[in-house]
Parts: sequence; structure tokens; C-alpha cells
Amino acid sequence: MRPFTFTQAQDVDTAVQEVSLEGAKFVAGGTNLLDLMKIDVMSPSHLVDITQIALETIEETEAGGIRLGALAKNADTAYHELVETRYPLLSHAILAGATAQLRNMATDGGNLLQRTRCYYFYDTQTPCNKREPGSGCSAIQGYNRDLAILGTSEHCIATHPSDMCVALAALEATVHVTGKNGERAIPFADFHRLPGDTPHLDSNLQPDEIITSIELPAKGFAKHYTYLKLRDRASYAFALVSVAAALELEGDTIKEARIVLGGVAHKPWRVPEAEALLQGQKATRDNFRKVAEAYLQGAQGFGHNDFKIELAKRAIVRALEQATNR
Amino acid sequence: MNTENSLQATTAVRPQLPDTRTVTLRVNGTTHQLQLAPWTSVLDALREHLQLTGTKKGCDHGQCGACTVLLDGKRINSCLTLAVMQENKEITTVEGLAKEGELHPVQQAFIDHDAFQCGYCTPGQICSVIGMVNEGKAKTLDDIRDLMSGNICRCGAYINIVKVAQEALEKNTGL
Ligand SMILES: Cc1cc2nc3c(=O)[nH]c(=O)nc-3n(C[C@H](O)[C@H](O)[C@H](O)COP(=O)(O)OP(=O)(O)OC[C@H]3O[C@@H](n4cnc5c(N)ncnc54)[C@H](O)[C@@H]3O)c2cc1C
Ligand code: SF4
Ligand code: FES
Ligand code: FES
Repeated sequence: MRPFTFTQAQDVDTAVQEVSLEGAKFVAGGTNLLDLMKIDVMSPSHLVDITQIALETIEETEAGGIRLGALAKNADTAYHELVETRYPLLSHAILAGATAQLRNMATDGGNLLQRTRCYYFYDTQTPCNKREPGSGCSAIQGYNRDLAILGTSEHCIATHPSDMCVALAALEATVHVTGKNGERAIPFADFHRLPGDTPHLDSNLQPDEIITSIELPAKGFAKHYTYLKLRDRASYAFALVSVAAALELEGDTIKEARIVLGGVAHKPWRVPEAEALLQGQKATRDNFRKVAEAYLQGAQGFGHNDFKIELAKRAIVRALEQATNR
Repeated sequence: MNTENSLQATTAVRPQLPDTRTVTLRVNGTTHQLQLAPWTSVLDALREHLQLTGTKKGCDHGQCGACTVLLDGKRINSCLTLAVMQENKEITTVEGLAKEGELHPVQQAFIDHDAFQCGYCTPGQICSVIGMVNEGKAKTLDDIRDLMSGNICRCGAYINIVKVAQEALEKNTGL
């Protein structure tokens, strides 16, 4: 690891000031940043430890939802009573990711900002537009089995690897942030970006901004939900395709459906117009398949990952069936 | 780690090289004051500065679990956290488990169940089983397999490791 200077911020304002230093970065759980620093993919010259700031509380909001402090640990979030009972989709998604050890360290804010697992991004010997803008993308012509099939650009086909974020997108969370210009709230759908011609930017968070909390609205879909994660091993592997599915049912008629895909794009992939096809419809396999087709419209494989298109469709159908029967 | 080259590379951006600082670590019930550079991981602090080499470095990237220690009773990967960030926490390593010359029941169970071959992953597995019991979330065999999946065993001693974990859960042998 390259040498760096280090400070501990005790409050949000100090953290925001200190991160404005040239080459500075926040560190929370460290499970992604330190990993990337060890192999020189990221090399901040100053780290601001934010773990002393009191931002780990999980509490109910006046609006009837809950607020997850940005420094709440992934494990503490997944096992929190409010989350387990009212937002079990989120709990399941978090527990589908990483390992017990990692979840004990990883924070909710850090989870949102974890970087892609594209092999070329990790390999500093190869060109990668995300790591080194303008150098080219090694994955498009290279080995791309794990990479994206939706929302790609000619500059980058990376995926966002988080499981937690797929559930947060389905639950329509809001990300609260504070920067030099004060506070703002970012709807989850606008938090992460598509690669376009700026693949080095993963999210719309500004460099001086700190995530303070993640807010969930009252509606938790605690009755009919599923987080389905398809991967190469039964545990401890990133998703090839994942689906967060949540349904509100009246008998076997669907009042509302939420479907978000993970492992297929640069951000959690949600298509509200396709979800709407299920509104007022019966919860049947045929209807689920129609939605699945609509979700994958425009999907493009790059050779090794072509299989993901059909896999994603089947995963949507299975997730919706599981959610119905739960 | 800090070669001539990388030192020079950062000098350009930031004139002052980071000094070592005094870091207070609580390990196995003893308080240590160490002079550490900020980039020293808890794992390197244990192994290189405290000569507690029971905790192993397998991958140094959070992937293998060989470096698992307990932080305030919960499992973490000591390779992915900085020592300067873990002051005032209680760190327990495999060296801190035996009490008055008696092995911790989970250590003894690894011997009784023949749950290792080369033994490289074993200190991490032992801490992980104890952490799993402490954390109190494993109930079924499937839970054990899932919640122990952060500890890789290249010798494939999994079948007997699972037996140890089952026994530890039944007897509630945490920290
Ligand atoms: C072996 C391995 C397997 C994994 N498997 C999975 C998996 O299957 N599924 C999955 O979803 N994840 C997985 N992960 C990733 C893991 O979930 C992330 O590393 C973790 O969530 C990151 O959180 P952190 O607090 O450690 O972040 P850090 O590493 O501390 O920070 C990550 C980034 O976020 C920034 N940051 C952190 N907090 C804030 C804040 N409050 N405001 C602004 N910026 C902030 C940091 O500056 C940094 O750029 C895996 C990781 C490893 C090492
Ligand atoms: S897909 Fe993105 S992250 Fe991967 S090599 Fe191409 S530019 Fe880099
Ligand atoms: S050495 Fe820490 S997980 Fe492998
Ligand atoms: S006993 Fe050899 S790696 Fe587990």
C-alpha cells in the first residue's frame, strides 16, 4: 500500500472539510477501499476515518419508515428487528452478500460506494476506462462473463456488485448526504450512474459529500418478497444475476409490483413501465414471463455473458413465483 | 509495502511523509503501545509488531478468512482493517483463547474431530466458530455452512469443521 496521511473526524462538518484535501478519501469499514489500495487501483494520499462519527443508529422516522445511519454495519442492519420484520427483503439481500466477517465490518454507506468487480478494473496491467479514463475497455473484447448486459456503453460494461443496493432500489430508498453546500436527499434511482462516457464515475455523490443516512419509506413489502441471487457457488460469491422482487397482492391479483435486477448493469436495474404491466393482473407464470421479456428488452451480451439474458428472464419469473407463494 | 519508489511517488503530492504514531491496541487482555504507520493492518500489527503469528495471512484481501480475529467478540478479517482504526477495542486472537493451560473447547474440538490437515486455516476457523456462536445467528446446519463460508480450507477439512461448529453451537462454547 502506498503511504498516506490519516486523520479521524469526530463530526460530519470536519469530515467534509478534511475530505476536500487533494487526494483525500473517506474510509469506513475499509473492506473495499483498503482492498483496492493494496493493489494500487485506488491510491488516496489522505484517509479520513469517519467511523468515530455517531452515524450508526437505526431508527423509525416520522414518516413511518426507518433511517439507517451510514455507519451502521451491514450485519447489524440485516439483523436489526425493524429491518427483519418490516423490510425482510433488505435483510435477505444483505445476508446474501459477502461473509459474516466482512458484514461485521462493512458499513451501509460503504456498501453503496463499493466499486465494480470487473477483473480488468483490478488488473493495473490492462487498460480500463473506469480506473484510467481514456485508456480503453479491456472487457468488451475480453473475458466478460460476469459483466453487464443492460445500460452499457462503448466505454464500459461493468456491473455494480452490491446485493444490498438491489433491495434498496426496490424499496425506493432515499440517500441523505452532506457536503460543503449543505444537505441534500438523493432518490435511490438517481444515486448510481450508467457508464456513458464517464465510466470513472460510479455515482452522483460529489467528492466533498458524505452519506449520512439511508431512509426507507413506510412500505416494506414484508408479506410477498424474494431476494434471489444466482451465482457460481451457494455462498460467498458475487451475483451473476440477482432479483429483488416485492409484490402487493389482493387475493391473486397484483396491486403493485417492484422488480429490480442486480449483476446486470452499472446500477440496480429497474424498469417501472415493465413493472406496471403487472398492475391489476393475476399472479401467473405467463404474466411473469411477459414482464421478464419486457425487462430484458434491449439487453446486449458481449459473448461470454450472453447467457445472462435468458438467465435474468428466468430469474425474474422464479423470483416473482417465490414472492407470490411466500 | 513501502518501497523506495512508492515513497517518492507520494512525496510529490504530499511533502510530509506520514510519521508513525503511537497506537494503543488491546490484544488478548493486554494493552500494547505500538509505533505504527497508518497503513499497518491489524493483521500486520499482530504478526510483525506483536509477534503473534497464530493469526495467518492467506490472501490479504478479505477472501480466505485465515486472518479472522474477534473484535469485541465479533469476527472480522484483520487484513482489511487498519490498526489505527481499532484503538480501544478488545481484539482476541487464537493465542488468547486457552485459559490456565486449558485449550478453549473449540480448540480441543478441532483436535477431537480431526478438523484440519495442514492447519494453516485453523486459527481463523477457530476464531470464526467462536464468533459464530457469539453472534447467535446460526441455528441449522445450512446456517453453519453459510455463516462459516468466509473461511476457506484448501485441504478441504470442511466435513469435520462443520462437526466442530455444530458441537460448539450445541454446547454454546463462545468466548
Ligand atoms: C471477498 C469479498 C466478497 C464480497 N462479496 C460481496 C457480495 O457478495 N455482495 C456484496 O454486496 N458485497 C460484497 N462485498 C463487498 C462489501 O459489501 C463492501 O466491501 C462493503 O460493503 C464496503 O463497505 P465499507 O464500509 O467497508 O466501505 P469502505 O471500503 O470503507 O469504503 C468504500 C468506499 O465508500 C466510501 N465511503 C464509505 N462510507 C462513506 C460515507 N458514509 N460517505 C461517503 N463515502 C463513503 C469510501 O471513501 C470508499 O470510496 C465483498 C467484499 C469482499 C472483500
Ligand atoms: S468494463 Fe469498465 S471496469 Fe471493466 S475494463 Fe471496461 S472500463 Fe474497466
Ligand atoms: S488474509 Fe485476510 S481474508 Fe485472507
Ligand atoms: S487445514 Fe489446510 S487449509 Fe485448512
